[in-house]
Amino acid sequence: MHLSSLLEIAADALGDRVAVSARGDGALTYADLLARAEAASRHVQHAGVGRLVAVDVNSEAVPIGLFAAALAGIPYVPVNYRLADAQLVAILTRAAPGLAVVEPSVPGRLGPGIDGLVLLSRDEFLQVDGPAAPSRGEGDAEDPAVLLFTSGTTGEPKAAVLRHRHLTSYVLETVEFLGAGPDEATLVCVPPYHIAGIAAVLTSVWAGRRLVYLPHFSAAEWVDLAVAEAVTHAMVVPTMLGRILEVLRERDEKLPALRHLSYGGGRMPIALVEEALGLLPHVGLVNAYGLTETSSTIAVLGPDDHRDAIASSDPDVRMRLGSVGRPLPNLEVEVRDPLGAALPPGTHGEIWVRGEQVSGEYLGRAATLSPDGWLATNDGGWLDAEGFLFVEGRLDDVIVRGGENLSPGEIEDVLLQHPAVADCAVVGVPDDQWGEAVAAVVVLADGAGADAGTLQGWVAERLRSTRSPQRIEFRAELPYSETGKLLRRVLKAELCAEPEASHQGPPSGS
Amino acid sequence: MDLKPGSRWASQVCDTEIVVVRAASAGVSLECGGQAMVPVGGDRAPGATPDPAFAAGSPIGKRFADPASGLEILVTKAGAGSLAIGGVAIPLKEAKPLPSSD
Repeated sequence: MHLSSLLEIAADALGDRVAVSARGDGALTYADLLARAEAASRHVQHAGVGRLVAVDVNSEAVPIGLFAAALAGIPYVPVNYRLADAQLVAILTRAAPGLAVVEPSVPGRLGPGIDGLVLLSRDEFLQVDGPAAPSRGEGDAEDPAVLLFTSGTTGEPKAAVLRHRHLTSYVLETVEFLGAGPDEATLVCVPPYHIAGIAAVLTSVWAGRRLVYLPHFSAAEWVDLAVAEAVTHAMVVPTMLGRILEVLRERDEKLPALRHLSYGGGRMPIALVEEALGLLPHVGLVNAYGLTETSSTIAVLGPDDHRDAIASSDPDVRMRLGSVGRPLPNLEVEVRDPLGAALPPGTHGEIWVRGEQVSGEYLGRAATLSPDGWLATNDGGWLDAEGFLFVEGRLDDVIVRGGENLSPGEIEDVLLQHPAVADCAVVGVPDDQWGEAVAAVVVLADGAGADAGTLQGWVAERLRSTRSPQRIEFRAELPYSETGKLLRRVLKAELCAEPEASHQGPPSGS
Repeated sequence: MDLKPGSRWASQVCDTEIVVVRAASAGVSLECGGQAMVPVGGDRAPGATPDPAFAAGSPIGKRFADPASGLEILVTKAGAGSLAIGGVAIPLKEAKPLPSSD
């Protein structure tokens, strides 16, 4: 199926329902959204450009642009406008030729400009139209629908290719057509260049759920907007949830309209999930795990799973609060050893996935799927006996200490259980004796105190002593990307460059 | 008829429209209200009404799946006719909705 069919069918069924709440000049119904996307697609077709690029914050121009590109039969290419200038130029050079909808600061940052890239402001884009073009028919589901550039800090920028069939397969398999009631609204605060930002447009349109956009994330504005728009559904990344809960506590705000709060895009501390469950008992929490290359979610821990886990006295069931739930029914997920052989439940390995929504394709690169359609995610993890999936983080982040593989996530979880620890990150640093040593960077809770020795002892008591951080540094905050991913490579580079300020000696035993 | 995934079809005898979610393993004839369906926007037989044997109705948003051929379709516009393959009604597919995650 083609993305344009999603909107055409929804507009046929729900023409008068509000599709997007836009500030200022009012809301767009499904019929309006289709009409605006068609007008923009006529302009794009008339201009004869090959790609529609968006270097902008969230607004109604995102769904209009996404569907305009689909109707014109060209890919939509959302790019992070906050990238460093050199990186932005590199990515836009690869994205060109095309038409780019840009945030006001962008043109001045591109030097002499990008060959073949025509720039439009968002206001200009929202006004464009063009002469009627000949009908394209149904549209080819094989065409690339969206290109998402990874913001990798090294090497050439890499663009994941998501074809119409990948994205629509995800929508058709996971969302009930018109499944949303007329009062439902979803608050989108993840940026458009994040796969969850794209998926939110498609799944909301297909469900008939109103889109409400927050241009820049701030916890206070998120709460304001959630209250003002009576938001029923929202998706946040882990770093956002902590700040939102803080604001809710300060204001004693319960968000009575909210029904579903989904989180994903990084590791969520269990303590934060428990806090959210306590603070918002009427809200169903949803943990979603997915990759850009899999057209968003591939496993879900639903509201009932959360409630069952927290109510259980069985440690194996309770532990599922830290899992990403079960794979979607239309997908296959396996945990495999380094040679690619499937592993039994309870055994750690690499997570592999197969299904119609799985692309695993990058622009200008050889296919990464195995001949029988499996994608190796480069995420480590394991499945429990009931099929719940636990994700331990990127395999590249695994610390190899004296031949033993240590998962940073496991050590971070234990550190976070210490009352004095507000946030932490564990990375491997080079070590003459062990090859790699465990290093932890800790952010202490307000007013709390704990020294390195105390925290080393805390980990050693709960895990094996080999997992206790050999080195602990204290910081005021940790580096995160805008989409909430902990920047381990940045921390690792900093630790390798710095003298060991808080070195407390190796843990006893090994 | 080429029932490609994503292709949209209309009834000739009522308002029903469907989209193909999953293709059939072999060629089948998809009918609504007892008459072959036609591409959305295509010519339809004038003045025809649903065969009373196929007039149970097609509710919007419901999925129908043919276990024999694997064809799966979704009703995108409701109508008075009901769906069949070669004169055999297609069973309704009950799908458990997943929690919204985006």
